[in-house]
Amino acid sequence: MAQLQLREAVRAALVEEMSRDADVFLMGEEVAEYNGAYKVSEGMRDRFGPNRVIDTPISESGFAGLGLGAAMNGLRPVIEFMTWNFAFVAIDQIINNAAKIRYMSGGQFSFPIVFRGPNGAAGQLAATHNTSVESIYSCFPGLKVISISNPDDAKGLLKSAIRDNDPVVFLESEFMYGMRGEVSEEEDYLIPIGKARIAREGDAVTIVGHNKSYWRAMEAAEMLEADGYYAEVIDPRTIRPFDWDAVVSSVRKTNRLVIVDESNPFASVSSEIAFQVQSRCFDYLDAPVRRITAKDTPAPYAKNLMTYYLPSAEDTYQACRDVLYLD
Amino acid sequence: MPIAVEMPKMTDTMEEGVLVQWNVEEGSEIAAGDIIAQVETDKATMDVEAYDDGVLLRRVAAEGDALPIGALIAVLGTKGENIEAFLSGYSGTWSAGAVPETEAAPESAPAGSSRRLKVSPLARRMAADHGLKLESMTGSGPDGRIIKHDIEAELSQPAPVAIPDSGRSYKPVRITQMRKAIARRLAQSKYSAPHFYLSVDVDMEQAVASRQRLNSRAEQTGGTKISFNDLVTKACAASLAQHPAVNSTYAVEHNEIRLYNHIDVGIAVAVEDGLVTPVVRSVDEKGLAEIAAETAALAKRARSRELKPEEMEGSTFTTSNLGMFGIEDFTAIINPPNACILAIGAIRDVPVIKDGQVVPGKRMKITLSCDHRVVDGATGARFVATLRGYLEEPLTLLM
Repeated sequence: MAQLQLREAVRAALVEEMSRDADVFLMGEEVAEYNGAYKVSEGMRDRFGPNRVIDTPISESGFAGLGLGAAMNGLRPVIEFMTWNFAFVAIDQIINNAAKIRYMSGGQFSFPIVFRGPNGAAGQLAATHNTSVESIYSCFPGLKVISISNPDDAKGLLKSAIRDNDPVVFLESEFMYGMRGEVSEEEDYLIPIGKARIAREGDAVTIVGHNKSYWRAMEAAEMLEADGYYAEVIDPRTIRPFDWDAVVSSVRKTNRLVIVDESNPFASVSSEIAFQVQSRCFDYLDAPVRRITAKDTPAPYAKNLMTYYLPSAEDTYQACRDVLYLD
Repeated sequence: MPIAVEMPKMTDTMEEGVLVQWNVEEGSEIAAGDIIAQVETDKATMDVEAYDDGVLLRRVAAEGDALPIGALIAVLGTKGENIEAFLSGYSGTWSAGAVPETEAAPESAPAGSSRRLKVSPLARRMAADHGLKLESMTGSGPDGRIIKHDIEAELSQPAPVAIPDSGRSYKPVRITQMRKAIARRLAQSKYSAPHFYLSVDVDMEQAVASRQRLNSRAEQTGGTKISFNDLVTKACAASLAQHPAVNSTYAVEHNEIRLYNHIDVGIAVAVEDGLVTPVVRSVDEKGLAEIAAETAALAKRARSRELKPEEMEGSTFTTSNLGMFGIEDFTAIINPPNACILAIGAIRDVPVIKDGQVVPGKRMKITLSCDHRVVDGATGARFVATLRGYLEEPLTLLM
């Protein structure tokens, strides 16, 4: 095992896949000369040259479309968005082309492409730079959506995403790029897409959280353990296709579900999980499903408001106590 | 704004109460502090006081209804006030059969099912799996929702033995709250406290003689007469002071054994339809006459059902005497949370051998029931030996 920062784990996956397959290339704003806005691609231009690590103008719609054209013609592009907030101007390429052309062409064209970049809250960056986009991309059939919470998953899942023949939306996190963690040094380390990780076993309540929310779930589980209750924490890792079996079998065991989700609440990933669980586990629920999400407003700027806006471990812990009828 | 009057929690151990009597009619004006009804609890029949002024708009509970704590029993308000909206919006526990008319069930629904039963889906499935009737259960979740915990609690209850229907007639007698309390507490004691029994035959010759002398003096001076039971109570107090383990509680929920610094002796008193145990406090600090007077007063008030619940709570040891019925010896069930109970038999005239001669003697059998979780055989036996010593030579009680 190697101790890597999350940005280093993403880079390791890119370097390994580009070394293995000459069709893989990286394209985006500042990825080459500047070594990446968050230093994910540091050293990669020197290693692979300017034809495979390509700086683009500030034109997300343009380079997303360019990537799709390359993918249609047999290459395997990795398109970096400096943040997913900037991908909104490229959303037509992602939703109308990437997600649908394989279907509309009767399978004549596929898109082995990865769109990747940091997603969700990143501090005092105000309303337009703190968006969580996973629910938006998850609602279009044809896209795979991965959201990672640690360096090991980042490496194993990005490698799988690059090798996948369908378009993948790969969600990272500015807050977590510096996070260190053990990363497998196994050769060709691949984590299958669509497989959740049971991070912590328990029998009292199931907590589901992805990306940063996974860590709130783990903190809440620690607090609950001090009360003598063991939460089962599940990191879905892939949002689409979702590993329903993992969550359903856990809830059938614990009879309770709390979801932590950094998105705004309406029609979010947590909404879908809540729906699926009530329909698949109705007779196993001992309490209503609870979720902790961002507040139903644009992200605020003020620090105290931002803290209030985001899901907290304390709220998650309290929701767990509520569904356990402890108070 | 209408005000809900709910079944109050009147004793520590009360779970439900029977509304035995209404003291006020619907439409009458009442003031805070008025006694509006009488409720039979597990310990006694007690008064329900109004907490607010107002007009009693509706007696929701009927006389004879057994209701859980917090159940709506009446609605107060101002004269002529419409309470239908209040009743239909009432979210607490309903008295059985007291559903507001506005929420009446559709014609096709079976009678009495119009109350919305809140059950978690899991609890509903568990109940179906085990054939439990949800209608008769009380939920501990929000708004009385029946949850997994309630089903598990229900399942942990021993299954009632099916009563075969012989087709013969019988006289049904309502199970009183006192009878339920006796059943619950003694079953709990027998299930959870492993009992063992230590019996001894006590020579009561000196005790009989001493009591005779004390009582003839009392007759002359107009003092209190002493019973054998009082003598036993006093001897128990003196013995308990030397054997604190017998004067204790096994409080496993607090992970401790409580050795009491005071000696409060409960005395079982038979009453018309059951049994109560009034408590004589600090017996070790009281003289025989005081114990006798107090015991007699408590027993008298017990028989007339005038005891307050607090007068029956907090014993550290209990005695039960069936000597007056000619019972020679018996074993008693420990009165929780005590560690021991003493069963006292009749004083018998028996031939005894003294200095090689058969002579008339007085003997009394006593049996100590011990909770083995806290009192071991030798501990109990040493207590019994001390007690026997005091009874056989009552003068030593003065030491």
